[in-house]
Amino acid sequence: MNNIWAGLIEAARMVARLDPDLVEITARSLQVTVTATLIAALLGLPFGAWLAISRFRFRRFAVAVMNALMGLPPVVVGLIVYVLFSRSGPLGVFGLLFTPTAMIIAQVIIITPIIASIAHQAIRDLWADYHDLLISLNTTRGQRIRALLWDGRRALLTAALAGFGRAIGEVGAIMIVGGNIDHATRVLTTAIALETGKGAFAMALALGFVLIGLAVAVNLALHILSRTERGRTW
Amino acid sequence: MVVSILPLTLTDIVLRRQGKQILGPLSLTVAGRGITIVLGPNGAGKTSLLRAMHGLERLRGGNIGWAVPIAQARAAQAFVFQTPILMRRNVRDCIAFPLQLAGQTRQQARAAADLMAARVGLTSRAELDCADLSGGERQKMALARALITTPQVLFLDEPCANLDGAATAEIEAILRDARDNGTRIVMSTHNVGQARRLADDVLFIHKGRLHDHGAAPGFFDHPQTPEARAHLNGDLLT
Repeated sequence: MNNIWAGLIEAARMVARLDPDLVEITARSLQVTVTATLIAALLGLPFGAWLAISRFRFRRFAVAVMNALMGLPPVVVGLIVYVLFSRSGPLGVFGLLFTPTAMIIAQVIIITPIIASIAHQAIRDLWADYHDLLISLNTTRGQRIRALLWDGRRALLTAALAGFGRAIGEVGAIMIVGGNIDHATRVLTTAIALETGKGAFAMALALGFVLIGLAVAVNLALHILSRTERGRTW
Repeated sequence: MVVSILPLTLTDIVLRRQGKQILGPLSLTVAGRGITIVLGPNGAGKTSLLRAMHGLERLRGGNIGWAVPIAQARAAQAFVFQTPILMRRNVRDCIAFPLQLAGQTRQQARAAADLMAARVGLTSRAELDCADLSGGERQKMALARALITTPQVLFLDEPCANLDGAATAEIEAILRDARDNGTRIVMSTHNVGQARRLADDVLFIHKGRLHDHGAAPGFFDHPQTPEARAHLNGDLLT
């Protein structure tokens, strides 16, 4: 219990004095994960909607694979991205290994299936409601996807936030491809792993509380901005 | 002058569902002006017939032809479903939706939607979410959404089922108004009273077959088939 108390107090102290190291790694955490979430949402939301309204031979197979990919082990993703971007790998020429860009790429791979899958579920239900109307109105496939994405935006926000949550707390992949380099690729989760390894539990806990607070703050902010849970249910 | 998409010609169309023949073989022509009432008991195949005419059902036989190519015909018709499909938007945006699909700007579409909302008496409801509307208002919203593109042909599937008298009267007034403005209306009902009030001609459907087809006063005074006579008398058809 002492460690937890010490961690809480240390967290409050660091936040209060805006500890420069803390600010730097928190900002990098946000930068990496927000970018990854935006890219993954741009890929995953339309894909989920497309999958919901399309009928093709391997549809069930595609849905099953997508759902399975939600459980993709981050450490394996990290390893694959590492191998691809390492100096001798096929994408080595870009020199992206141990940069925030590589971390973003790894996180996009991890959370795109999550966002696409949740979007697919939500859009499938909405499509069942809208099906006859959108067919009757002679809509093109693009118009259907746009209408469903727009009218399903509340559920899709949840999909994006689920992806954000997975990415902000993820350590396995970004540790491998980022390398936890101070002032370059250190983020909250990798810093926690490092401090724990050093036995500095109070510091590790303090960073942990900051991480949890950050996740809660981002979720709250988005919900307030998009006015969910008020008035109507969507 | 707009090219008319009518006449609509159905030739021996057949619909099946789960191996059961639910409609046809059935042939008929819709032309001219006015309101055609598709009349028949529950389960007769009225909904299936309307959906087939509109192109929402896959035919298992026969064919459906318009006077113009199918894409052009589809763009000039609209459908109002028995249960209004509510979009998760406010009433104005719901009504404006078909115009936005047609490429109008949001501003133009909303202005037109406001005019249409006034026409069906929903002006005071324009800002509400569709789900907050009453049953009658929902159907009026659906009607406004269907009429906003000024379709040449409007299909309605039991638009007044489950509505009270006042709402039914309002909807019938809107439909007469649309007819007088040149929209060809094809509407199903199992309510003989409503059929009498609105019909210019009647298609009587029973067990998936066309039993009687005639102009309105004549059909009600002298139905040609025993089934039609029985239905008009209020007898149950089995």
